[in-house]
Amino acid sequence: MLSAVWLIPALPLAGFLILLAAGRKLGEPAAGWLATAMVTGSFVAGLVTFAGLLGEDEHHRQFVFTVFEWLPSGSFSVDVGFLVDPLSMAMVLFVTGVGALIHLYSIGYMHGDPRFHTFFLYLNLFAFSMLMLVLGDNLLITFLGWEGVGACSYLLVSFWFERNSAAVAGKKAFVTNRVGDWGFMVAIFLTFASLGTLTYAGEEGFLENAGALPEATALGIALLLFVGAAGKSAQLPLYVWLPDAMEGPTPVSALIHAATMVTAGVYLMARVNPLLDAAPAALTVISVMGAATALFAATCAVAQRDIKKVLAYSTVSQLGYMFLAIGVGAYVAAIFHMITHAFFKALLFLGAGSVIHGLHDEQDMRRMGGLRKLMPITAGTFIVGWLAIAGIPPFSGFWSKDEILAAAWDSNRLLWLVGVITALLTAYYMSRQVFLVFFGPPRWQEAHAGATSEEALAEPEHEPAAAQAAPATPHESPPTMTVPLVVLAVLAAGGGLLNLPGVLTLEHFLEPVFEDRLHELDIPAGILLSLAAVTGVGVVIGILAARAIYLRSTQPADRFEPELLRRAWGFDQALAGFFGGPGRAFANFTSRVLDGRGIDGAVNGIATLVRGGGSRLRLTQTGYVRNYALFMGGGAVLLLAFFLLRTGVA
Amino acid sequence: MLVNQFLVLGAVLFSIGVYGVLARRNGVLVLMSIELILNAVNINLVALGALQGASGAVTGQVFALFVITIAAAEVGVGLAIVLLIYRNRASVDLDEVDLMKG
Amino acid sequence: MTPAVIAQIEPIATPEIEWFAVSPLLVLVGGALVLLTAAALARSRPPRGFYALFTVVTAALAVACSALLWQRVTDPGRGPFTAIGGAITIDGFSVFFAVTITAAIALGALLADDYLRREGLDGPELYVLMLLSGTGGVVMAMANDLIVVFLGLETLSIALYVMAGLHLRRLESQESAIKYFVLGSFSSAFLLYGIALVYGATGSTNFGAIAGFLSGNVLASNGLLLAGFALLLVGLGFKVAAVPFHVWTPDVYQGAPTPVTAFMASASKAAGFAALLRVFVSTFDVYRLDWRPLMWGLAVLSLLVGSFLAVVQSDVKRMLAYSSISHAGFILVGAEAASDRGIAGALFYLLAYTFMVVGSFGVATLVGGRGDADHGLSAYRGLSRRRPLLALAFTVLLLAQAGVPLTSGFLAKFYVIGAAVEADSYALALIAMLSAVVAAFVYLRITVAMYMGDETEGAEAVTRPAVRVPPGAALALGVAVAFTIVVGILPSPVVDFARDAVPVLLSAP
Repeated sequence: MLSAVWLIPALPLAGFLILLAAGRKLGEPAAGWLATAMVTGSFVAGLVTFAGLLGEDEHHRQFVFTVFEWLPSGSFSVDVGFLVDPLSMAMVLFVTGVGALIHLYSIGYMHGDPRFHTFFLYLNLFAFSMLMLVLGDNLLITFLGWEGVGACSYLLVSFWFERNSAAVAGKKAFVTNRVGDWGFMVAIFLTFASLGTLTYAGEEGFLENAGALPEATALGIALLLFVGAAGKSAQLPLYVWLPDAMEGPTPVSALIHAATMVTAGVYLMARVNPLLDAAPAALTVISVMGAATALFAATCAVAQRDIKKVLAYSTVSQLGYMFLAIGVGAYVAAIFHMITHAFFKALLFLGAGSVIHGLHDEQDMRRMGGLRKLMPITAGTFIVGWLAIAGIPPFSGFWSKDEILAAAWDSNRLLWLVGVITALLTAYYMSRQVFLVFFGPPRWQEAHAGATSEEALAEPEHEPAAAQAAPATPHESPPTMTVPLVVLAVLAAGGGLLNLPGVLTLEHFLEPVFEDRLHELDIPAGILLSLAAVTGVGVVIGILAARAIYLRSTQPADRFEPELLRRAWGFDQALAGFFGGPGRAFANFTSRVLDGRGIDGAVNGIATLVRGGGSRLRLTQTGYVRNYALFMGGGAVLLLAFFLLRTGVA
Repeated sequence: MLVNQFLVLGAVLFSIGVYGVLARRNGVLVLMSIELILNAVNINLVALGALQGASGAVTGQVFALFVITIAAAEVGVGLAIVLLIYRNRASVDLDEVDLMKG
Repeated sequence: MTPAVIAQIEPIATPEIEWFAVSPLLVLVGGALVLLTAAALARSRPPRGFYALFTVVTAALAVACSALLWQRVTDPGRGPFTAIGGAITIDGFSVFFAVTITAAIALGALLADDYLRREGLDGPELYVLMLLSGTGGVVMAMANDLIVVFLGLETLSIALYVMAGLHLRRLESQESAIKYFVLGSFSSAFLLYGIALVYGATGSTNFGAIAGFLSGNVLASNGLLLAGFALLLVGLGFKVAAVPFHVWTPDVYQGAPTPVTAFMASASKAAGFAALLRVFVSTFDVYRLDWRPLMWGLAVLSLLVGSFLAVVQSDVKRMLAYSSISHAGFILVGAEAASDRGIAGALFYLLAYTFMVVGSFGVATLVGGRGDADHGLSAYRGLSRRRPLLALAFTVLLLAQAGVPLTSGFLAKFYVIGAAVEADSYALALIAMLSAVVAAFVYLRITVAMYMGDETEGAEAVTRPAVRVPPGAALALGVAVAFTIVVGILPSPVVDFARDAVPVLLSAP
């Protein structure tokens, strides 16, 4: 059964090829159904492989399936092969599972788009690349998938390239990821130079031998890999592309920028855990960067008005949690949180997409409200997602977040404190979002009436024509969209069972991968409980604060008065004082100034440097033959001078 | 005579030729300057060949013959190209040939 | 004279010529001469595509001869050998380049076929010149003597000067020819001077003898020799378009007829590297400490200048020209390693690059349209909608040039950088990767233009003449793309080919 593993990536690849050849003929909706069927098929293949893996002896759950020898190179060779072990299977199952649901959802969401089949073509290519990334049995195959998901992300973000912002966002994603990819590439060569192999598993594999590396080398490789991971998983300071990537269609945000691709960095870190173990300093860097990102992004999320931007910053923040977990050695907690996060964040994104769809491409939360009666399924499922991300027991987010925080407490109290504050902020901004969108008075009608005069903060998602259509009553989305929502809601609610002591233990399952590198918690049960209680109090404070601000301030009587909007702003100002340092002012500062000019500037700066350098150099290319000859003559003189100086010295 | 004298003569001729290529705007004169460089090489080759003469090999001298032949072919093609330019522009000023740059 | 008189004449000692050894050259030259003569004598025009077909068949015959030679040189019992009095070496290296250059000839001829008719230039000239020029390139690769290197180089170049100016009425084409000619002959004069100095210092022009002399004698004052190195590097650096001897590249590539550019960028660069590798890495091996820093400098400059300048261009042919400079930098990274692995990496890179670059300029040939002038980035906007397959093919080729995994370009970069890392040239490896990152923007820009072209430009797109894809060019592009992908996925045969093609140093018998 284990050898069914090749089917897992092969099916989406087949889907991609079929759509490439005949996508236009299949058209809507057949192309969408085909793509969905392929990903579902690979989920089934994943289940079969998983069952096969469970059938093996507990400590021999590692299986390499070699497709063919790819790169022969003397004594060293790289194969195209898949590594089946608990870690890769856990990833495969949630990637294909969530992926299939999002494919299904997209059939409804992309309805009527002129490039319907192209969208699914990209989605299947993405699924293939992601599965190669996860299943690859060596760094090069992982890198291949890594590049592939990057390219698909780029293509999908700028899917609506007619909009300039979408094209710009795509470019930004590309630039930032190249920085990360560069780190990854250098790490690959360094690994190869120092160990002579790139294969993960086996006696000769690099994971087996990573412990033997000199610490400085291990640290170098680990940090370079972290640069790659930070690019892909949107960590400070390379996170800038993720909020902008929300220009893409919402299912893309759910699939790529919440559930799967952005977790690739976390997966990579977990995969090379023996290497990290050999370089403790790298672990410190990772945990600190993770915690900093978690807090920073959470403060930014507080200030957003675009429904998707809130979720984007929230994703960055949650990814920070996962890196924090990796950094303190809680690998299982990181993977656990990755899975639950995939459930609830995909759910939230899809819910947001449903809202956007129902409101005819409105993304500004100030023009929503009171939608829970009109869109009951969306609202119900979104609320489940909210409770899960906020960390309310017994929803999934509670369990995974709690594990990370406990591990952080055991490692460093400051990291724990940052984590708790982030949890509080998370509860706050998510509650704010839920209240603004689904509760309170409906503001969408007036908004549509005055849409043209009001500042257009959010650009409409589909064609502008759709946005200017007469304001219709928001409606519930079609079943292809609501079914995935319900399924994800069930998963988001019950996902905590995956690692509930005594039930189905992910920890036990993943243990062979991490062995003794797994951080053992050494905390009495009483303290564990009180830690959870402290977090719980923080979460409740966050929710209550949001309720006080967003439900009480917008009384039905004065809704949509500009003064009221301003007053809401005033509340935010007061909030800044309430929270002390990381308040609204800081959030504004960070999200506007720092994001806008500092880090963004660095990205642009690199581009400017290249362009500027290029333009200067261009001046040497004058077009005159004589100048060219002079240039060459100069070069010849330089070469001669080099040799003459050399002999002179000798 | 000393072999160095020939080498110096070659170097001087070479430099004059390079100067001509760098300084002349007239296409034909540039061609002539290139010929000058090639002849500088020939002087070197023959002189250095004579230096090796004891071993009986005449590589340098033979090489010089090759160079002369090739220089003739090269200058033929070169003049044809200059002529082509002249036909279209009624000028052989190479500085006017600057459509492409950057 | 009567037969009796002839019979009385004493036999003289001539070098024994092993005709089999030079069979690829004979086929190419013979093909060129037959084509020229036949075209001159024929009363009526031959059927469409005859010239191109003839050229491709000639190239195929040359490849067949090379295959036979390959069998002989890889046969452990016989191995590499020299021929024509030690003037040429037949080893894996020669055969490798014979195949590479011949492939460039065949692909170039396929591209030229429809192009020449489209531009009203139909005739046998281009094909004849291409065959002759290719012969020169193969001679350079086979050379076992500096004189032969020079002869090959001039045969290659003189034919190329004419080819660059073949589009008689286009001012750019003329400009390209004169610039190439002036700078080319200028640089070969430097090369020649360098040869003379090396000859003076070592007393021989034969590679085997030079290497034997260098390893057997410690020169008290090696100024003459080192100056010779420098000047040789100028000449060969020009041929491979390494910075700072690259200045001609963008202008000449842009102005030359596009199929000629395709040939120039592939065959001429391959031949230049053949000579560079054989002369420096193989023959001057003893002096590696002296020339490696120079190679390092040239590689770094080529990598950076090539990719930086490519970013700011708006003409696609010019972009590709600058990117070819950066490719030269990558191949120099392999050469700088000065190891068998480095050479094998460089060879693999050259073969992969040949197909990528011919394919890329092939697309430019088609998009350029009548007049061969439409090479701005705007000509590519929305190509994916007008010609989806063409756009896809170009995308694959560009991605390969950028070094995306599962294409031959990735492996090529992987092998040269791997060789650099193995040779402890870490800084060079880092710079190479950095420049790959920068260069990726260039390929991205073109790809983006093809796929994300503005719909608003619809009005202009209507007036733009449709891009025709004639069968010959389609075949060439298909081969280039197929090679790029297949080698990207299953590289072992090519890797083995390159590994067995490391040059062998043989003295004259």
